[in-house]
Amino acid sequence: MHHTAAALVIEGLTKDFGPVPSLDGRMVRVLDGVHLEAAMGSVTAILGANGAGKTTTLECAQGLQRPTAGTVRLLGENPHRASPRLRARVGVMLQDGGLPPSVKPMALLRHVASMYADPRPVDELAERLGIDDFGGTSIRRLSGGQKQRLALACALIGRPEVLFLDEPSAGLDPQSRTIVFELIKELRAAGLAIILTTHLLDDAQKLADYVYIMEGGRTVAQGTVADLTAGAAPENFRELRFQSVPGLEIPPGLLPHLHRAEPEPGHYLVSGALTAADFAALAQWWDSEGILPVAVSMAPRSLEDVFLDIAGRSIR
Amino acid sequence: MTQAAPLARRVLRHGGYEAAAMLRNGEQLVLAVALPLLALAGLVATPLLDGFGPSRIDTAAPGVLALCVMSTAFTGQGIATGFDRRYGVLRFLSTTPLGRSGLVFGKAAAVAVVLALQVVLIGGAAVLMGWRPELAGLPWAVLTFALGAAAFTALGLLVAGTLRPEATLAVTNLLWIVLAAAGGIILPAAGLPAAVEPFVRILPSSALGDGLRAAFLEGSFHPLSCLILLGWAAVASAAAVRWFRWS
Repeated sequence: MHHTAAALVIEGLTKDFGPVPSLDGRMVRVLDGVHLEAAMGSVTAILGANGAGKTTTLECAQGLQRPTAGTVRLLGENPHRASPRLRARVGVMLQDGGLPPSVKPMALLRHVASMYADPRPVDELAERLGIDDFGGTSIRRLSGGQKQRLALACALIGRPEVLFLDEPSAGLDPQSRTIVFELIKELRAAGLAIILTTHLLDDAQKLADYVYIMEGGRTVAQGTVADLTAGAAPENFRELRFQSVPGLEIPPGLLPHLHRAEPEPGHYLVSGALTAADFAALAQWWDSEGILPVAVSMAPRSLEDVFLDIAGRSIR
Repeated sequence: MTQAAPLARRVLRHGGYEAAAMLRNGEQLVLAVALPLLALAGLVATPLLDGFGPSRIDTAAPGVLALCVMSTAFTGQGIATGFDRRYGVLRFLSTTPLGRSGLVFGKAAAVAVVLALQVVLIGGAAVLMGWRPELAGLPWAVLTFALGAAAFTALGLLVAGTLRPEATLAVTNLLWIVLAAAGGIILPAAGLPAAVEPFVRILPSSALGDGLRAAFLEGSFHPLSCLILLGWAAVASAAAVRWFRWS
């Protein structure tokens, strides 16, 4: 496998919820045989659309949910009914934060720190994540990004060896996102296993050493970002994007072997095995139509293409 | 390797943290201090309790202390837990070394701290108003008080862990009012109409009130009260373990 030491091993994980009254009391299968491993010293990203089962997978891994079937080993132990000893080695950031609204951030951070024998220095971590700027404001008055940074601090305060982050960049402004991403990379370098979920392909592409793509309660693809994007695609696979007036019809005879789309009005995407001659043909068409695009870019196959190929539907 | 803080420290720190949260909450203070003091004054000023004991304050004080248990262990604690559950606080804290059991023990510790403060405040006020408790009954009173706190804490957790927080708020407040008025807690069940008396007697509110009155008025142990409270504590704890939802 891809790792040196496994922090988390999930095999055949199945989780049913219910009975659900609106479904005549039937059970709903949310996870259906998930296999997943995460290594120390690496970032493992679980990618998928809303409802794919990412959060439930994490909750089973954290011991918050009991699996219906299958096994979960977190640092070699069963996380359900974990001992305080195991919990001290694992940091968790929940999707909804889990922060009490009437408490002040620094007071909460100090309280969480008191659960550990040797926590990180609270002031240092608060400064690093910019929490000291709003440390005395009730949590209910914080912005989404501020809450997110506080939840991350709470997950990190006990010096965990394994860190779970459920949608870590949700609600973050670009500046906070940079701070958080730098910190995640630093923690990886320090040897932590970081397991995060995201529905943002860009996050996974920037951070992940290893990616699992989930769809309908299953892991449908896995690999490094490079593996996944290389895949079966030819070496000259490119995405060519250009921006112009909306509603242009690329003639059917032009570049017939390439995939063409207008994902947003005025934003065009041509992708496939592209040659310089194709590029010239496109430029010729622009010239004949009297178009000069305001922006043109070319890039190799992205995780988004892989995801769209596998999932067959947009996750944005 | 990363280590958890020792168990006792985790529980005590969480107990202190939750107690501070309770004492910071204005509505909680009204329920825990203002309403019991008002009840005490009202019961001394009116002839409601005449005939149940040597003086109005001697009969009123044990019942008002029982009311404090219901305020703090049941209503206050239940509402706080219900909203903690809504905001995911219970889930987050259960992933820290505190854990689920530490959370529950911490909450119980917080209830004990707030109750101790209430006993000092409300009991002190009653003594100033002329309350002369039978000190021989103190050990029995402490036992009954502790069992009552356990029963009402378990009931509060059961409600908070199974209903939405808004419903928990409504149910625990409503039950507080109904039981305070007719649950045998302040006004002994013996003073209620004969048709309802046997039913009220098996309520935890009545058992707690009767047990404390027996201890403080006569210095005697009321085993039936303790058994009833023990039964409620056991059943509510078992139900909470079975049905409590953490999210």
